Amino acid sequence: MAGLELLSDQGYRVDGRRAGELRKIQARMGVFAQADGSAYIEQGNTKALAVVYGPHEIRGSRARALPDRALVNCQYSSATFSTGERKRRPHGDRKSCEMGLQLRQTFEAAILTQLHPRSQIDIYVQVLQADGGTYAACVNAATLAVLDAGIPMRDFVCACSAGFVDGTALADLSHVEEAAGGPQLALALLPASGQIALLEMDARLHEDHLEQVLEAAARAARDVHTLLDRVVRQHVKEASILLGD
Amino acid sequence: MASVALSEAEKVYIVHGVQEDLRVDGRGCEDYRCVEVETDVVSNTSGSARVKLGHTDILVGVKAEMGTPKLEKPNEGYLEFFVDCSANATPEFEGRGGDDLGTEIANTLYRIFNNKSSVDLKSLCISPREHCWILYVDVLLLECGGNLFDAISIAVKAALFNTRIPRVRVLEDEEGSKDIELSDDPYDCIRLSVENVPCIVTLCKIGYRHVVDATLQEEACSLASLLVAVTSKGVVTCMRKVGKGSLDPESIFEMMETGKRVGKVLHTSLQSLLHKEESLGPKRQKVGFLG
Repeated sequence: MAGLELLSDQGYRVDGRRAGELRKIQARMGVFAQADGSAYIEQGNTKALAVVYGPHEIRGSRARALPDRALVNCQYSSATFSTGERKRRPHGDRKSCEMGLQLRQTFEAAILTQLHPRSQIDIYVQVLQADGGTYAACVNAATLAVLDAGIPMRDFVCACSAGFVDGTALADLSHVEEAAGGPQLALALLPASGQIALLEMDARLHEDHLEQVLEAAARAARDVHTLLDRVVRQHVKEASILLGD
Repeated sequence: MASVALSEAEKVYIVHGVQEDLRVDGRGCEDYRCVEVETDVVSNTSGSARVKLGHTDILVGVKAEMGTPKLEKPNEGYLEFFVDCSANATPEFEGRGGDDLGTEIANTLYRIFNNKSSVDLKSLCISPREHCWILYVDVLLLECGGNLFDAISIAVKAALFNTRIPRVRVLEDEEGSKDIELSDDPYDCIRLSVENVPCIVTLCKIGYRHVVDATLQEEACSLASLLVAVTSKGVVTCMRKVGKGSLDPESIFEMMETGKRVGKVLHTSLQSLLHKEESLGPKRQKVGFLG
């Protein structure tokens, strides 16, 4: 096993958190005025920006328009200075394309696309600093941005990552914990109904432990939901004060 | 480039206003919009800066890496520029759509830094012909609200001011093989002098007059613009005409004089802001995108 101890005997992780504890989350909606919807989220040292354009007419070929629902188009891009080692291409590589498809799958499950047939909704996510849990931060930021754009959704989409070390499930992994090579689970949840929008796991995990890890991720996602709900209410309160209601 | 569609009546309104030295938002022809500059926004870079000029939002990150010097300049390090036009600014920049604009801006940045005095490249050399520091300056364009070049050059200057390059020592043992040792103290670093780093001033010709810091709407009314790269002493390092219209030679000289005048003022305010931010020290409240 590697020399770095991910979970100490007293139950503390590398950055001093407990096993089920999330990193500090700060978020803001309405960051950019020109986009239809935008949001920024900081989960510990991971910083992500999401911008939403739409619903608008399909760009490019009209043949892609779906007659009964809207097309959701996602792009995941991470800045070249976001990781420790400089990345050469911000987007277009395999990992970014895969993340874009996963985000698309997540949001097609949540957005009420039947209300906007023959149109397109663009969700662009930009990672400014990556310190683990980038997929979760992107989903959380994109949820806030879609809400800021006023696009109707079935429910919030809250995501969190989870891992498994020494018989304990860890929630919200940082880069050090991800790089250690243990199993990692990424979960996107619709909190009110408890429905899972996306579930992805890497590396080997015994099926007996799966329920424990899944439960840890779901609990963390519900905690994220509480925080995001507070951010949205604060934003609506500020907006209505500005409008003078 | 992200553009906005204007009707003929709106264009006439803007052009007539500019002739009277009165722009749509009440500024004069030589006034900048409110500029917000913040450094040290991204923590795992050697230096970073965020500039918000009206609706234009730019984030620059500088990463210092060790490499071999170029063959024709063995005693110097060098700068590499990369501009990413993010799809956040407009859906047209999705995929490869922003590559053209990105390459154009990166080439302009190479041109304005392509002289001996802008940045002291000899201080980036570790051992001649073998090791040097390469500064990768990455520009991320987040929102496009007109006057991109100015905002990007301000952000690059602020990020270079904020860059901290770790101090290294070259140890040579008996066989002649060299070993590079990084200093133990994380705060022991070299800083770059940005006294002579130029800033770009874009002057757009609208009707018979020219304006500084044009918004998207004003850029749609102008047929030709002049980019002037000016240092804090008023020295012009690069000049370029952009746009599909043509310019009179006299107006080029007038625009250049305005550019030098405006550029010197811009530099003094930027320097005072950067020094004030620096003097607040590590206890400074970092706002970033949350403010």
